Amino acid sequence: MTSRIARHVLSIAAVVLLGAFLSALLVRSAPGFDVDEQQLDTRLNASSLRALHEAHAQEHTLFRFYLSYLRHALRGDLGVSRSLGQPVLGLLRDRAPVTVRVVIAGLALGWLLALALGLTAALARTTAYDVATLIASGLFLCLPAAALALLSVLLNAPGYLGIALIVFPKVFRYMRNLLDKAYSLPHLCTARAKGLSELRILGFHVLPVIAPEILALAGVSVSVAVGAAIPIETLCGIAGVGQLAWQAALGRDLPLLVNITVLVTLVTLSANFGADVMSHILRSEGA
Amino acid sequence: MVRRLSCAFLLIVALLALFAGEVAPAGFATQFREMPNSAPSRQHLLGTDDIGRDRFSRLIYGTRISLLLAPAAALLSTILAALIGGLAGYLGGLWARCAVGFVDLFLSLPWLFLLIMVRGLLPLDVSPFVSVVVTFFILAVLGWAASARILCAGAATLRQSGFLLQARASGLSGIRLFVVHVLPNLRPILLAQFWISIPVFILSEANLGMLGLGVAEPMPSWGGLLREMEGMLSLSEAPWKLAPLVLLILVVSCFELALTKREFAI
Repeated sequence: MTSRIARHVLSIAAVVLLGAFLSALLVRSAPGFDVDEQQLDTRLNASSLRALHEAHAQEHTLFRFYLSYLRHALRGDLGVSRSLGQPVLGLLRDRAPVTVRVVIAGLALGWLLALALGLTAALARTTAYDVATLIASGLFLCLPAAALALLSVLLNAPGYLGIALIVFPKVFRYMRNLLDKAYSLPHLCTARAKGLSELRILGFHVLPVIAPEILALAGVSVSVAVGAAIPIETLCGIAGVGQLAWQAALGRDLPLLVNITVLVTLVTLSANFGADVMSHILRSEGA
Repeated sequence: MVRRLSCAFLLIVALLALFAGEVAPAGFATQFREMPNSAPSRQHLLGTDDIGRDRFSRLIYGTRISLLLAPAAALLSTILAALIGGLAGYLGGLWARCAVGFVDLFLSLPWLFLLIMVRGLLPLDVSPFVSVVVTFFILAVLGWAASARILCAGAATLRQSGFLLQARASGLSGIRLFVVHVLPNLRPILLAQFWISIPVFILSEANLGMLGLGVAEPMPSWGGLLREMEGMLSLSEAPWKLAPLVLLILVVSCFELALTKREFAI
């Protein structure tokens, strides 16, 4: 178990470092990277322009920028945003709680909906209810995240509802399949024949079987929710990290983009890692 | 039955989109300046937008772009997945480990985040035609990772199979073995991945378009057409503006219904 965790932590660190480097490479090679809006100011003289150029000189050599970024990051200095002119750490500190709140609320609501509908469909086992829940989940599966964001604006609904409705169909469909598979296990037939109630069967014979897969799904759903946070926050006007990522991409803001990539990669990988460890524990307990 | 109905619907929409020039009552950029923001009428089935362009015509032309280019992007991404994932699985060892590591890196970033970041970094002030190509090219270039992982696993299973061992023993090797024996056996996975990618790319284009990063005006696409929803004050204000959303939902759900459960499992 310890070696498994150590391997995971090492791979997370490697992926995060590589991801940050690739995002820096991407921004560095993007057209218009060298252009600074301030350079177009006709009031600036040659020495001011030279000073501006020198201020960004460090960013022109990718490796130098990246190594210096890592050195500073280890000391807690994440640099200054080029487009917003503020320290990146401060920006992330201000906006991360907003995104965390939206994503957690969206995830909780999405999972609650999926669990409620999935379990009631499994317990009721009526075709009409099955079809109705499948149509409802299918409908949301076919809606782009940005359209859900606009619909929640039009309906005066909170932004997290959009995230919930993006997470819900994915979780529901997968859970429905897992429940179908679990309910078709032969020992459940025996349990029913012995007179066990449906609730007891669900609690003692179905949920423990599907729990490891559900946990793995929980890790994946975090990634889905974080991805959906960008259009939702941008279109709903929520000042979170998603909106910041959008502004950073449009402003070709290298320091901000690299830090947001690191943050997003860390969050998604940690969620998957946590889910993986938990499901491993459950599996080994089950065995 | 449902599968056939879905395929028939998709065929009808594709044919309408293909013959947009004949079906649409006006060009996608034609402006009826005397009647901007008009309600649906016999002349303009879905009314006109704020600069007097016929919404119905733009919807048909937009369908042509979204519905015909998404399969093209899906084809390119499936080819990339077959080359990267299939080859890595077939070669095995260090190649497979490197490829899986690279795929993991791709998949560790949320798809929408990656897409928006890359599209945001590319020039936005390009001609409409270039914006169409750039949008769908990005979808193809960034959308291969999940398929590559599945293909890598499929090819790795094939590598251990008896017929490949026999082919190797009879002197076949290298790229010929991959093209003649491995790829044809991966065809069911390739087809399923291609089909699954199309609705994903349609939805991704819609997301990009709604954020202003998709196909540039005046060229219509579903994402661009959905942006009109931003100006709405309520859903009941002008429900005909939701026509692109309804068509998008119908088309994407038909793509999903057209797949059997077994193909989905692949």
